[in-house]
Amino acid sequence: MSIIKPSFKNTGFNKLCLSYCRLRSVSVDLNHDASLLIDIPDALCERDKVKFTVHTKTTLSSFQKPDFSVPRQHEDFIWLHDTLVETEDYAGLIIPPAPPKPDFDSPRDKMHKLGEGEATMTKEEYTKMKQELEAEYLAVFKKTVQVHEIFLQRLSSHPVLSKDRNFQIFLEYDQDLSVRRKNAKEMFGGFFKNMVKSADEVLISGVKEVDDFFEQEKTFLLDYYSKIKDSTAKAEKMTRAHKNIADDYIHISATLNSLAADDMTANKKNLEKLSDLFEKFRKVEGRVASDQDLKLTELLRYYMRDIQAAKDLLYRRARALADYENSNKALDKARLKSKDIPQAEEHQRQCLQKFDKLSESGKKELTSFKGRRVVAFRKNFIEMAELEIKHAKNSVALLQGCIELLKSN
Amino acid sequence: MAASSDRNPPPFPTAEESEPGLCDMADADSDEGEDIFVSNSNPVSVSRGVSQPDRVSEEPSDLFSEEAASSTAAKANGVHSDDDNDLFADTNVELSTDKSSSSARKEPSGPRHASTFTPSPAAMQPTSLEQLEEEEAKDSFDVDVAVTNPEKIGDGMNAYVAYKVSTRTSLPMFRSKVFSVRRRFSDFLGLYEKLSVKQSLHGCIIPLPPEKSVVGMTKVKVGMDDPSSVEFVERRRAALERYLQRVVSHPSLLQDPDVREFLEREDWFEDKFQEVENEEQQLRKLHVVVDSLVIHRKELCGNTAVFAKSLAMLGNSEDNTALSRALSQLAEVEDKMEQLHQEQAASDFFIFAELLGDYIRLLGAVRGCFDQRMRAWQRWQEAQSTLQKKREAEAKLLWANKPDKLQQAKEEITEWEARVTQYERDFDRIGMTVRKEVLRFEKEKAKDFKSQIIKYLEAMLQSQQRLIKFWEAFLPEAKAIA
Repeated sequence: MSIIKPSFKNTGFNKLCLSYCRLRSVSVDLNHDASLLIDIPDALCERDKVKFTVHTKTTLSSFQKPDFSVPRQHEDFIWLHDTLVETEDYAGLIIPPAPPKPDFDSPRDKMHKLGEGEATMTKEEYTKMKQELEAEYLAVFKKTVQVHEIFLQRLSSHPVLSKDRNFQIFLEYDQDLSVRRKNAKEMFGGFFKNMVKSADEVLISGVKEVDDFFEQEKTFLLDYYSKIKDSTAKAEKMTRAHKNIADDYIHISATLNSLAADDMTANKKNLEKLSDLFEKFRKVEGRVASDQDLKLTELLRYYMRDIQAAKDLLYRRARALADYENSNKALDKARLKSKDIPQAEEHQRQCLQKFDKLSESGKKELTSFKGRRVVAFRKNFIEMAELEIKHAKNSVALLQGCIELLKSN
Repeated sequence: MAASSDRNPPPFPTAEESEPGLCDMADADSDEGEDIFVSNSNPVSVSRGVSQPDRVSEEPSDLFSEEAASSTAAKANGVHSDDDNDLFADTNVELSTDKSSSSARKEPSGPRHASTFTPSPAAMQPTSLEQLEEEEAKDSFDVDVAVTNPEKIGDGMNAYVAYKVSTRTSLPMFRSKVFSVRRRFSDFLGLYEKLSVKQSLHGCIIPLPPEKSVVGMTKVKVGMDDPSSVEFVERRRAALERYLQRVVSHPSLLQDPDVREFLEREDWFEDKFQEVENEEQQLRKLHVVVDSLVIHRKELCGNTAVFAKSLAMLGNSEDNTALSRALSQLAEVEDKMEQLHQEQAASDFFIFAELLGDYIRLLGAVRGCFDQRMRAWQRWQEAQSTLQKKREAEAKLLWANKPDKLQQAKEEITEWEARVTQYERDFDRIGMTVRKEVLRFEKEKAKDFKSQIIKYLEAMLQSQQRLIKFWEAFLPEAKAIA
């Protein structure tokens, strides 16, 4: 159950400050290890910058205090993620996907359009549209907090990653992290990652697979990724259409209200009742849209990114395999030339070791990933179905009520 | 406000008084020493209007603050016959039979308001120039008029442009502080014509309305969209506004009942027409939004179908058996949702949008009836003016002593008198019909809307109930995922 207590300070169209407290993670409940509990109880949004309050409660002695909070920006999360990705030791792990940058473009554009169209609406209509928009801002905000929170909770519940030194710094360091963030490297790292991403498909498919498990996983993940990416995009479009309908209901309600106000005939009551219904309807439709967004679209989106992280693991393993094969070739060559054989042998041994380690941990990670995915889908599907039923029952009640009123006139 | 607001009779004429005019008149008019200013200072307004047209009156607000209650009963220029002390109680009140250019939609009782009466025997009492100027300075910009929103009414050669005349005032003689009426160009002309023949305003500089323009108006009637027509209308609108502003800044004119009537009088037909127009406008707006709803609903339909397919593909890819099944089931639910959205879009269009479209057109037909009544009024007015002309012609013939033509003239007069009667009867009849029809239409509309809305909502209700069934069927599938 999520409890939201937003406090709005709307200072014009260009600046919206939101303060947001106490939303628990809706997706998967990861905070089950009491030794390290992380949440984001509060966040502040000013223009484009979101400041998260990262709160940690821990019984671990590795931390200086048992209960503390630090302010963090999105870039800090990215830094943490990239650092983990580049850590050799974690090559065999699925690194939880980095949270996407907070994106307020869509509601901000709508806010602009609303400002421009202000003259054509009644004051009431305008107020309602503004309310809707503020709800949308809040929804985007909610999502971004959630996704940042889940990232940290994934880390804290991972037996290996939770012990990462940088993770600890992230949680604890009470100064600005930007000094540590080495922006240049981050930028370069990003570029490198992107370059690599397009290459990894080729590499993964090109490498001769020795293990059935990984062969299957490779096929599965590549295919699944493209499908889930497609579904995510389509779900988003569907949700957007729902939102448009909710907005239309606002305009319909407002116009019906104007008509009713000027109407001196028997029709007045009919119009008033219909206007009232549409006003209530738009709230229901709005909730349907946002619930669908959270339970379906966001679910698909999250696992799309997670699968990308799994693919990254496969890539690293494939690269390790390629390295190992190359080291074999180098060893053969060394033996032929009778030169540098011990180094070649050592190199080959290391490559094999790395590859074996990756394969072992990779198998574990991918298996648990499956389980995690199934659990998450189940939870969200159940919640979505329940919400759809709830909203539809609400609509039914509203419609029945209105029909009764109209008939009784 | 000057001292006339207190009821004591003004002292003998000494220059210190702020209303020397009153004193003068009192002296001049009343034979008794009795003060005629005990009650409503009505006689003052009369005499002022009659005997001293060149005297600029004091602030009208002064005067009318007392007669606020009875202003609506004005029969002649401020004469109140219910007043015992009214010197002019038996003043002759004549109906002016002006040209047809008076307010088109007014009831025929419109011109009933007096415009002439016999001049008072009282002599004029010229006051000092200083006093005149002093009164001038206390000008009453307590009235603000604006002419806006030119709108073409009707089609073809019968079309005309209606302007919104808005008045903002603090004067109590008006019915409210802010109000507006619709008037057409011929109404403005009619006002001018009425004012220019009034004996009471003889000698006053009556402001002129803009000139008629056959060419200009024809262009507008035919098609208003080209820039020269737009410019023409705008020039006319601005000129009419200036005209009215000059009229209301003239203190005598402002008091004139015809002016007041021009600014504020509405009747049932006027109001109703306005209502119909407003409603049509709003319905159009609503129609646009409902159209948008239909489009969005169809989009949702399409997006849902596409999503369902994508989800089915995903389900095929899924290697967990139960989850794969659930995904396929969800894809099926979304397919059914698409069907529901499709039906809802049809309902949005065929029931809701079409209802609105029908009534937008029907309201146009209602406006047509009002226009017909208007034309009947015009025909009657024109006949009246023709009759007047014939009478004048007869008078001329009498004077010129041409007995042979006289007979024909008399016949024509009889003929036109009959016509006038006929047209007046037609006008009254059509007025009653329109009124009845409008009421009938309103009743029908309420019934129609109610039944269509119920139909629309019941369709939506069914849709939602089916939706519940679909999701309730899916729920166990979701729970079965393991």
